[in-house]
Amino acid sequence: MSYAFTAVIVMAIVTYIPRVLPIAIFRKKIKSKFILSFLSYVPFAVLAAMTFPDILYSTNHLSSALAGMITALILSYFEKGLMTVALCSILVVYLWEIFI
Amino acid sequence: MNSDFSKGFKAGVPIALGYFPVSFTFGLIAVNGGIPVWLAIFISFSNLTSAGQFAGTNLIIANAPIIEIALTTFVINIRYMLMSLSLSQKIKSNMTLLYRSIIAFGITDETFALASLEKNELTFSYMIGLISGPFAGWVLGTAAGAVTCSVLPEQVQSAMGIALYAMFIALVVPPSKKSKAPLIVTIIGIFISSILKWLPYINQISSGFRIIIATIVASAIGALLFPKGEEEL
Repeated sequence: MSYAFTAVIVMAIVTYIPRVLPIAIFRKKIKSKFILSFLSYVPFAVLAAMTFPDILYSTNHLSSALAGMITALILSYFEKGLMTVALCSILVVYLWEIFI
Repeated sequence: MNSDFSKGFKAGVPIALGYFPVSFTFGLIAVNGGIPVWLAIFISFSNLTSAGQFAGTNLIIANAPIIEIALTTFVINIRYMLMSLSLSQKIKSNMTLLYRSIIAFGITDETFALASLEKNELTFSYMIGLISGPFAGWVLGTAAGAVTCSVLPEQVQSAMGIALYAMFIALVVPPSKKSKAPLIVTIIGIFISSILKWLPYINQISSGFRIIIATIVASAIGALLFPKGEEEL
């Protein structure tokens, strides 16, 4: 089995475990406010850590990455959809790298 | 039985439509990074999640060790435990273990939101109806994106490196605008991640563990600073 395929199977398993365990086993509610709050903040912390500083190295030049990042920040602030933000950032990076 | 299915299916259609462009982008990014078309589709088919499979795929492209991929994906998906737990209180209490195990696969942020808004007890057919549309949208979108990528010019493909991160920004910014807690947690996450990436000696750790450490610390600080009441969760 190839490395990538093995990794995907492992990803599928560790994605399924947190989904299935509570609904299959638990009958009582979690009482700890800390754990509940912690879980609710996980998506934000994960996305932040994955995005920065990696975004700076995601294109051929630091300057085009910055241009793309600023584009994404502005459009997200005005609550444009995921696809719009992604496509506009790609476009800005593409044009930036042509004119540099 | 059947009316429950169609009720669930109708509720899931908007989610399916919303998933299509996101998974389309996933397909583009995955194939752009060197993942074969069939594997990109299989990732969506077997994982059915956004942030987790984006991060995992990113690590596969970076040739990260399997254990790191497993830990990163798991930490990102820990939030599903909360949703699964919440749904366990809403489904029919006599639902079999097999049925519970099947609907568990379809728990996503969006299907959870709709299921938890449903007033009646959740039946197996309703949940299957709710899940099937978004599942189809997710897989078909990936296939369309993956196939499209193979025909794009090379210059466009290289500019697409930014796409994943742009999407992450689009996921984080709107909620951070509306309330302080997500904003602070995001800033702490960025701060810790940057330290682990750039500080001499510490920067030896791999990207997967950097994400895990930053996530756990930032979420814990968030939970200490801004504990939520039960009604907010």
